[in-house]
Amino acid sequence: MAIPGFLLVLLFLSCSLPALSLYEDQVGLMDWHQKYIGKVKQAVFQTQKAGRKRVVVSTEENVIASLDLRRGEIFWRHVLGATDAIDEIDIALGKYVITLSSEGSTLRAWNLPDGQMVWESFLSGSRPSKSLLFIPTNLKVDKDNVIFVYGNGCLHAVSSIDGEVLWKEFIAKGVEVQELIHQLGSHIIYAVGFDGLSQFVALQINAKNGELLKHESAAFPGGFAGKISSVSSDSFVVSDATHSVLVLVSVKDGGISFQQTRILDLVPDSPGTAVVLPTKLTGIFALKINDLVTFVKVIDEGKLEVVEKIDNGAAVSGAVSFSEGQEAFAFVQNGESKIHLTVKHGLDWSNNLLKESIEMDRQRGVVHKVFINNYLRTDRTYGFRALIVMEDHSLLLVQQGEIVWSREDGLASVIDVTTSELPIEKHGVSVAKVEQNLFEWLKGHMLKLKGTLLLANLDELAEIQRIRLQSSEKSKMTRDHNGFRKLLIVLTRAGKLFALHTGDGRVVWSLLLDSFRKTGQCNSPVGLKLYQWQIPHHHALDENPSVLVLGRCGRSLDANGVLSVVDTYTGKEISSVGAAHSIVQVIPLPFTDSTEQRLHLLIDADQHAHLIPRTHEALSIVQREFGNIYWYSVEADNGIIRGHVLKDNCDLEVSDGYCFNTRGLWSIVFPSESEKIIATMTKKSNEVVHTQAKAMSEHDVIYKYVSKNLLFVANVAPKAIDEIGLLTPEESWLVVYLIDTVTGRILHRVTHHGSQGPVHAVFSENWVVYHYFNLKAHRYEMSVIEIYDQSRADNKDVWKLVLGKHNLTSPISSYSRPEVVTKSQTYFFTHSVKTIAVTSTAKGITSKQLLIGTISDQVLTLDKRFLDPRRTVNPTQAEKEEGIIPLTDSLPIMPQSYVTHTLKVEGLKGIVTSPAKLESTTLIFAYGVDLFFTRMAPSKTYDSLTEDFSYALLLLTIVALLVAIVATWFLSERKELQDKWR
Amino acid sequence: MEKGKGVVMGRRWAVDFTDNSTTPSSRDIPDPPGFSRASLDQDDSTLSRQKKDAESNWKSQKAWEVAQAPVKNLLMMGFMMWMAGSTVHLFSIGITFSALWQPISALQGVGKIFEPYKDSKVELLGPKLLFIALNLGGLALGVWKLNTLGLLPTHASDWVLSLPPAQEVEYSAGGMPLHQGL
Repeated sequence: MAIPGFLLVLLFLSCSLPALSLYEDQVGLMDWHQKYIGKVKQAVFQTQKAGRKRVVVSTEENVIASLDLRRGEIFWRHVLGATDAIDEIDIALGKYVITLSSEGSTLRAWNLPDGQMVWESFLSGSRPSKSLLFIPTNLKVDKDNVIFVYGNGCLHAVSSIDGEVLWKEFIAKGVEVQELIHQLGSHIIYAVGFDGLSQFVALQINAKNGELLKHESAAFPGGFAGKISSVSSDSFVVSDATHSVLVLVSVKDGGISFQQTRILDLVPDSPGTAVVLPTKLTGIFALKINDLVTFVKVIDEGKLEVVEKIDNGAAVSGAVSFSEGQEAFAFVQNGESKIHLTVKHGLDWSNNLLKESIEMDRQRGVVHKVFINNYLRTDRTYGFRALIVMEDHSLLLVQQGEIVWSREDGLASVIDVTTSELPIEKHGVSVAKVEQNLFEWLKGHMLKLKGTLLLANLDELAEIQRIRLQSSEKSKMTRDHNGFRKLLIVLTRAGKLFALHTGDGRVVWSLLLDSFRKTGQCNSPVGLKLYQWQIPHHHALDENPSVLVLGRCGRSLDANGVLSVVDTYTGKEISSVGAAHSIVQVIPLPFTDSTEQRLHLLIDADQHAHLIPRTHEALSIVQREFGNIYWYSVEADNGIIRGHVLKDNCDLEVSDGYCFNTRGLWSIVFPSESEKIIATMTKKSNEVVHTQAKAMSEHDVIYKYVSKNLLFVANVAPKAIDEIGLLTPEESWLVVYLIDTVTGRILHRVTHHGSQGPVHAVFSENWVVYHYFNLKAHRYEMSVIEIYDQSRADNKDVWKLVLGKHNLTSPISSYSRPEVVTKSQTYFFTHSVKTIAVTSTAKGITSKQLLIGTISDQVLTLDKRFLDPRRTVNPTQAEKEEGIIPLTDSLPIMPQSYVTHTLKVEGLKGIVTSPAKLESTTLIFAYGVDLFFTRMAPSKTYDSLTEDFSYALLLLTIVALLVAIVATWFLSERKELQDKWR
Repeated sequence: MEKGKGVVMGRRWAVDFTDNSTTPSSRDIPDPPGFSRASLDQDDSTLSRQKKDAESNWKSQKAWEVAQAPVKNLLMMGFMMWMAGSTVHLFSIGITFSALWQPISALQGVGKIFEPYKDSKVELLGPKLLFIALNLGGLALGVWKLNTLGLLPTHASDWVLSLPPAQEVEYSAGGMPLHQGL
């Protein structure tokens, strides 16, 4: 008993000051950082001038980036943030990238070579509307190129030099502008759109001053649907409200005329709804019906003629003009394991400019988007390259029938992360390999030794750094002794599963889940969450670990669920089930069957619980624990938390032994006029707690309340859910509850007056830390609540404990109504926070650190000891020895305690921690648009030698000592002999 | 050691002057001329008694001395402990463990220590008891020191910290309906 105590004391001493910073040469040693951009929405090529060829893209993650066309690397990148969605991008003056964002209200210009922002304009309007960006090529107003922006119901003309708004024209209410057109040589801007559902409107606006020259409109009785697609500068194609008739609209001086063509006449037996694809080709438009793309040519007098029909058509690019007045465009067809890229001449349909077939990895799915660009070959002919966006959100550049580069940009939209072990190392490594390795090892260590003894020159130092960074040890595909090497299983929004190696971040395997792709049954599947399905230990070691991927067919809660089990070693789908019921919640049960498959309960919208895996064994396990399985639901909109318990088998039409009815047990109804639920938090179900007691100074002991059935709920005043600053402190409050989720008992309730959300919380062991805004102090605050069990406090008799006469380890029930006491304290915190996590270690002995995802997209560590309710201004000597830090009003932010050091995890969304096998160490994975991984030791690595420990020096010392021993022995022998002869 | 042995082995003869056996026949060498063995035995009874008394006196005195020896040690140890302070570090641990080890090893060798003073007439119980008591005192001092260092499991916290948290009978989970975290 004394030894753990002693070790703990040592541990406290060793971590009396949190020093987590790393040296410059340690960057990249155990961390990696990957930059992504997300699924590309729009791409603009900039290859006219010589030099670095690049493409500017905007993405669904609101990133604008300039990519190297040769290698796909990011030249520069800006993440605009979740509230600033990019509507359109274009290039002006050949040197500025123009972005229109925030529903047409923010216009920015970025310098093309380096991404510096040149100017920014805020365009105010009168009403929300579609947003359009239009940069005419040859229109000058007072020697200034003008950018036309339609947004918020206004048409703005903006100078491209400094972003000044030249004029602003309010478009009549009800008119929704769809296209802006400029005819070469004129000073008139045409705007076409709809007024209401069935009026077609054409406006003529003077480009110089914004004067409305003409307002024409005509009604079409059938109504319109979809977008207007321009065929020429005065004729447009749009489908009618029923999607069965194509309307060719021509706007001439005489007025607006409509010509109708039935889609069935063009494309017989086409079942789906037709969509007019925006191609901006002259005289030709594309019509997409399911997978069939039909190109239709507009002949004189409004006649339509089908030019070509393409099966498996996936995507059609916009038009690109090459040489004088020539237009080309491309379309892509999906093949079995290939994609077929065809580039056509806009005017001359008969022959292809280019037709290529490209081998495509099946795991990338089908083509979603294609953008083309032309280049001049050495023989003065035109070649074409295509930028292709795939179903898994990856980005490829295709040139001359080959994939020049590809980017896994699906990883920019991570939904959920879990970890998996790697396979155990098998014996039987060849001798030659070992010998070479031994030599390499020795060489490396000799170099290291030189470095340690300051004998190495610059080249050798560089070599040492290279060896450290490229250590093959860390990227091996087997389990290591310390548990640093693992697989991060990542689910992305595209429904693709990636396995990333923690050593170097490479993709080990990826799998586009078939069950998460659009099929007839499942129209818009979304991935929801990952669960550990099977973690083999001891007796089931020959099984591979697997994860359960949960999804849903559509966004509504009552859509059917999709389940898929994936082997994490091979990356193959083991089984996939389209659940016949909806899945609102998943309850991972604390039981596993004989093959270590974890039991889960799926709760559907009708509050039935469905057990998986559907085996008799699982059923018998559940029946054994039937009365002890509870679940609760939080209805944030109604302000109700309900507790449920399993009741009996479902009485469905088809009898199903694995389905259970549930019964409401308790409910907590928050007063809707004064409180609204904004955040809930529970402990991680796999968290390991080492001890239930906490030793305090003077050898006192208090018992933590470590029940896992605790829920933290944060409520604010209903008016205070909006942004900070709209309410006075008197109108706003934050109420925090701790609720036992078995009995529904409220264990603790505290009100913070004058505070409001957003609330970010983290719950671990017996404490919860939450972050909110204090309106009175105009600062962010962090509070900690620690929960202690008073009913066990009288277990203080040493003899009873020695003899084992106590009830501290006997199972406890929430119904025994434990008396809890809470201690809490509040501190100011400078940063606003995106997410909070806490370190987790294998046995839960190591002290904890909070990981705070700051608004600047970095991860900051904060020792839990700073959030200790027992902190006082003047701690006694004994308390100081215990490690209690004197109380200060705000929490310190040390620049050295950023685990992301100089890097940023752009668009940070979450932080995941996972224990390594080594007790001192925890693995940290932060994800957003970027990915970042590192490992850290909250109390330093007290159980292992540091990375840079010089084994060679140790060996050398031992050898030297042995030599010295032998030498002195020899010398003493000789001396003795001489003495004897004397 | 080996050198000394070699010397002993090299000797062929030796005279033991303290040998007071009466029968000359027991020895190979005859008594030197003029030496009468009878004169030695003359007042054997009185002389030897005196001598024995003196010896036993001396032995008991020595035994008491030996028995009191740990007092010095005790004082020394106490001083060292006071010097070492009450925080756990290498020095204080070393001192404490030596303070524990010395009495224990001394107690193990009680018999051996008093071996030279063993005599039918000498009462060794007293000194032995004193010796044991003093060493136990030393041991107590060591244990006390161990306790002040906080290394003895005398508090509830020492026993409770290693106990695993109690199992919970009920299991509960749930939360808000699952949505895609965008």
